[in-house]
Amino acid sequence: MALLETRGLTAFYGDFQALFGVDVTVAVGETVAIIGANGAGKSTLLRSISGVLRNDPEACIFDGQPIGALPSSRIMALGVAMVPEGRRLFPSLSVEENLLIGAYGRAGQGYWNLDSIYELFPILRERRRSPGTALSGGQQQMVAIGRALMSNPRILLCDEISLGLAPIVIKDIYAAIPRIKEAGASIVVVEQDVGQALRVADRVYCMMEGRITLDGTPATLSRDAIHDAYFGAAA
Amino acid sequence: MIWLDTLVQGILLGGLYALFAAGLSLIFGIMRLVNLAHGDLIVLAAFLILTIVGTLSLHPFLAAILAAPVMFGLGWALQRFILNRTLGEDILPPLLVTFGLSIAIQNGLLEAFSADSRRLQGGQIETASISLGPISVGILPLMTFLAAIFTILALNHLFYRTRIGRAFRATSDDAVTAGLMGIEPRSIFALTTAIAMLVVTLAALFLGMRANFDPSIGPARLLYAFEAVIIGGLGSLWGTLAGGVIIGVAQTMGAAINPEWQILAGHIAFLLILLVRPRGLFPRAVD
Ligand SMILES: Nc1ncnc2c1ncn2[C@@H]1O[C@H](COP(=O)(O)OP(=O)(O)OP(=O)(O)O)[C@@H](O)[C@H]1O
Ligand SMILES: [Mg+2]
Repeated sequence: MALLETRGLTAFYGDFQALFGVDVTVAVGETVAIIGANGAGKSTLLRSISGVLRNDPEACIFDGQPIGALPSSRIMALGVAMVPEGRRLFPSLSVEENLLIGAYGRAGQGYWNLDSIYELFPILRERRRSPGTALSGGQQQMVAIGRALMSNPRILLCDEISLGLAPIVIKDIYAAIPRIKEAGASIVVVEQDVGQALRVADRVYCMMEGRITLDGTPATLSRDAIHDAYFGAAA
Repeated sequence: MIWLDTLVQGILLGGLYALFAAGLSLIFGIMRLVNLAHGDLIVLAAFLILTIVGTLSLHPFLAAILAAPVMFGLGWALQRFILNRTLGEDILPPLLVTFGLSIAIQNGLLEAFSADSRRLQGGQIETASISLGPISVGILPLMTFLAAIFTILALNHLFYRTRIGRAFRATSDDAVTAGLMGIEPRSIFALTTAIAMLVVTLAALFLGMRANFDPSIGPARLLYAFEAVIIGGLGSLWGTLAGGVIIGVAQTMGAAINPEWQILAGHIAFLLILLVRPRGLFPRAVD
C-alpha cells in the first residue's frame, strides 16, 4: 500500500497556478526522486505535501488518512518531516538546539536521537554549541537533515540537499541516505542533478511546468526520455 | 551626597520603566507586533488590582497574585481572537487595531471608574526605607527594581533554557519553518501575549503603589516603554533594563535641577542616545 499519495494535486500562489493535477505515490521503504528544471514546481509539491500550502483534504493521503487540508504542524506530527530548500536553520538557535527542535512536535520512538545523528555526521558534535548559521554550507545541510530526522519520520522530504555544495560534500551527504532508509523511513528527494537522483532512487518522477511528464525506475528510463520530459520534447 | 541619592533614585525608577517595557519588548521580539495599547493594558491591570483590593479588602500584593491569571487569560484571548488576525506582511493592520484597542480601553475605564485619580494603598511599605551606606533607599522602589531584574532573569531562563523557549526563538526567526517542526506559531503568539500580560500585571502593581493613576495615563507609560526598548536595542531584555535606567536617571537628574524638566530630560536622553547609537546600545546581532 502507498504510504503517501497525491491525487490531482493543484497549488496556487495568488492567481498563479503552480501545480496542475499532480499524482505521485511513495510506498513504504521506497526512495523516490523528483527531478525537473528550475520552476518546474518541485518545491511547491513538497510544500503542498508538508502543509505549508493548503489543499483539499483528499488531494494528499498519508497512511490512508486525508492530510491535504491539515496545517504543517499536524502533518509533521504524523511523521512527515521536511528538509526545506535553502536549509532554513534557525539563526537564534545553536546547532544542538536546531536538532532538538526537530523533535518538538513528535518525539517519536525510533533510531534517531542526538547521539545517532552525531554518529551519522560527527562534525556536528564538534560544532554543537555554534550558531547553526555559523557553519559551512555542507555542515548546515547536515543540521537540516539531522533536524528532520530527530522526529523519527516515516517519510523524509528532501528539497535539493545538494544545492550549492561542492561534489565531495554532496557525496558525504548522500552517503547518509542508505542509513536513513535502513532506519525505516521512506524518502523523497527533489534534485536538479539527474545523475545523483538516478543513483539514489528506486523510482523517479520528472516534472515540467507543474505537471508530471514521466515516471519509472532508473533502469527503464532512457537518457533521451528524461531529456524530453525535463525540457519538453522538441515537437 | 544629594547627587548620589538622585542617581540611585533614578536607577531604581529605571526598574519601573523596564517593567513597563519588558512586555512590549517580548511581544515585539517574538512576533514583530508593536502593541500601541500596551500602556493602557498596564492601566487596565492597575484598575483590576484596585477592584480586587476593594472587593476582597486584600493588600495590593495579594490582589496582584489574583489579577495575574486573569490578565494572562485576557492576553491569550486578545492574541488568539484579535491580534493573530492582523499579523501578516503588512505592518499597518496591527498598528491600527492596537491603536483602536488603546482608545477602547481608555473609554471603557472612564465609563467604569470615572476620571478620578486612584492609588493602590500599600500601607507601611510605601514609606519604609533602609539605609545603604550614606543614602537611604525606599523599600518600594528597591522592590520595583528587584522585580524588574527577577522578570528579566525569568524571561531569559524561559527563552534560553527550556524546550518551549526554543520554540519561541524558532518562531521568532521563521514561523513557516517552525510549523514544519510541529510548532503552532499562533499558539506561541497567544502564549507570548499571555506572558507579557503577567509582566504587565507586575508593572501595574508597582505603578499603582508608587503614584496616582487614572484612565488617561496609558499612552505616556507606552512612550517611556518605547524609549527604554529602543535605547536598549530591540530584542535584548538587559538592554531594555539599561534603557529604563537611563531614562530614569535622566528624569530624576532633570527634576533635581528643575522639577519642570523631569519628563523633558528623559526624552532628551533618549534622543541623544539615538543620535550616537541609532540601533540602540545592545542591538541583536542577527536580524
Ligand atoms: N512564493 C511564491 N510566490 C509566487 N510564485 C511562486 C512562489 N514560489 C514559487 N513560485 C512559482 O511557482 C513555480 C514553481 O516554483 P517551485 O519553487 O516549486 O519550482 P522548483 O521546481 O522548486 O524550482 P527550483 O529548482 O528553482 O527550486 C515557479 O514558476 C515559481 O516562479
Ligand atoms: Mg525548488
